[in-house]
Amino acid sequence: MSAARSSSEGRMRARLGPWALVIYGILAFAFLYLPIIIVVIFSFNDSRSTAQWSGFTMRWYQELMGDDQILLSLWNSLFVAVISTLIATVLGTLAALGLERYTFRGKLVVDSAFYLPIIIPDIAMAIMLLIFFNTSGIGFEPWRVSFLGTRLAVPYSVIIGHVAFNIAFVTVVVRARLASMDMTLEEAASDLYANSWQTFRRVTLPILMPGILGGALLAFTLSLDDFVITFFTSGAGFNTLPVRVFGMIKRGVTPEINAISTLMLLASFGLIVFSILSRRRSGSDEEAIQFGL
Amino acid sequence: MEQTLRRNPALRAWLLIAPAGLFLLIFFILPLFIVIIYGFLERGTYGGVVWQFTAENFSRVFDSLYFSTFLRSLYIAVLTTLFCILVGYPLAYFMTSRPPRQRNLLLLLLMIPFWTNFLIRTYAWLTLLRTNTGLINVTLMNLGIIKEPLPLFGNDFAIVLGLVYGWLPVAVLPMYASLDRLDRSLVEAARDLYASGGQVFRRVIWPLSLPGVVAGSMLVFIPSLGAFVTPAILGGGKSLMIGNVISNQFLAAHDWPFGSALSTLMMVIMLFATLLYFRSTALKAKEERA
Repeated sequence: MSAARSSSEGRMRARLGPWALVIYGILAFAFLYLPIIIVVIFSFNDSRSTAQWSGFTMRWYQELMGDDQILLSLWNSLFVAVISTLIATVLGTLAALGLERYTFRGKLVVDSAFYLPIIIPDIAMAIMLLIFFNTSGIGFEPWRVSFLGTRLAVPYSVIIGHVAFNIAFVTVVVRARLASMDMTLEEAASDLYANSWQTFRRVTLPILMPGILGGALLAFTLSLDDFVITFFTSGAGFNTLPVRVFGMIKRGVTPEINAISTLMLLASFGLIVFSILSRRRSGSDEEAIQFGL
Repeated sequence: MEQTLRRNPALRAWLLIAPAGLFLLIFFILPLFIVIIYGFLERGTYGGVVWQFTAENFSRVFDSLYFSTFLRSLYIAVLTTLFCILVGYPLAYFMTSRPPRQRNLLLLLLMIPFWTNFLIRTYAWLTLLRTNTGLINVTLMNLGIIKEPLPLFGNDFAIVLGLVYGWLPVAVLPMYASLDRLDRSLVEAARDLYASGGQVFRRVIWPLSLPGVVAGSMLVFIPSLGAFVTPAILGGGKSLMIGNVISNQFLAAHDWPFGSALSTLMMVIMLFATLLYFRSTALKAKEERA
């Protein structure tokens, strides 16, 4: 009797278990996606309300295109992201080579210093940098530059702040690639009388390239997304897109914000697809799991 | 030059590390020390500091007002961590139960929201939760299910929800990894020895996936405790966390030393949590070796 019951119970669970799990999975993914989807939907809403649907319109997007302030903050965002990614990728890759390939005294301390910007919450890092730029006399001097035909004034302090957190991320990604790299290839190269520069240029660098590219993409994404560090290191009157959006949100919910959000979501999506495609070509999945892409 | 470098690998390592290392030394480590020192100075009249050493800033942290904010932030961070594990663990389990091809797709679907802008994901909840004009309350009232709007916004509930939403993917990731690595033959062996489903979970699956749970908790707890954007947007100006109090010291109150003291304390708590985490993983590794 009890054996029969437990076996039928077992069968019940075998049938119910997976179904319950699948339904749970669907609900969980709905939780992750619904809020974003709703923002996108209401960016096309023909009303100031973001809670009641009143028909389709593109006017919020048209208004955005005519908004010089928004466009300026977009160029600011792109400029900061490009410059800080370039610097952080070069510095971070060199550091990764030094940290992953050699042991030396004091390595643990140096290692920790390179991880710290990842662990520390951005508000703490932002405050640190704010005080530093204020007291060191470096200040928030802008770099006046013409970028894509637009005149920008980007504070050096913002770029420095972005480089500081990006170096740490690039270093981690490149180190992961180095750690999984087959050292015998380099040994083979030097057995064939390649000098160390040739070995690096012809063997190490090409194998490392997907890691470097991955690190650069991560840095670029983080830089574009950053709000907190930019907000506190920019002095007055400088806006990147997230800083601008934050200011708008503080003033209230509007369909324009939904429209900007939709475009930013689209941009992130494009970056993710790009990074997957480039990874698929190089075929490295280990890092993919490690860094969640 | 080449010869010297070949003979001295340590020099080579230092040369490679130097550019990034010096950058971080000047623009990260030095600012870190400045903040710690500032916590022990007196405030200047218009922001800035007076070079007079004092421990008063740290004792002020224990004043009722700030201390309760500190405790509330801890409470919110712990609650966020708990919910992330509670919601995330079954999700990770679900993902590992799918065939490998689907698994990669699900992993991608999990991370796409995480790689989209945090500010925008928080804003999404603002449009849903707002008291009188939020989608949830408006819809429920239109349907006649409720008469008064529900208090969904400007409280701890909204902040915890926003934080769970924001950090759920990074909580799932390590749990997924450890469930994925789990040796399925152990589960079968337990089954063969007549363990019930609950027993298999309690005695086999849960203990083996615990490292993932601990790692996931760490990844959620630290940014939740230091949250700034989520309470600024979903707290509705009333419900604040320690990150907002810190920023107010610089943007409004012009009390840099006190703001520095608060950030230092926050970092100490995080350092403590990180050390605890590394110790527990080190212990675990030692046990496994034994």
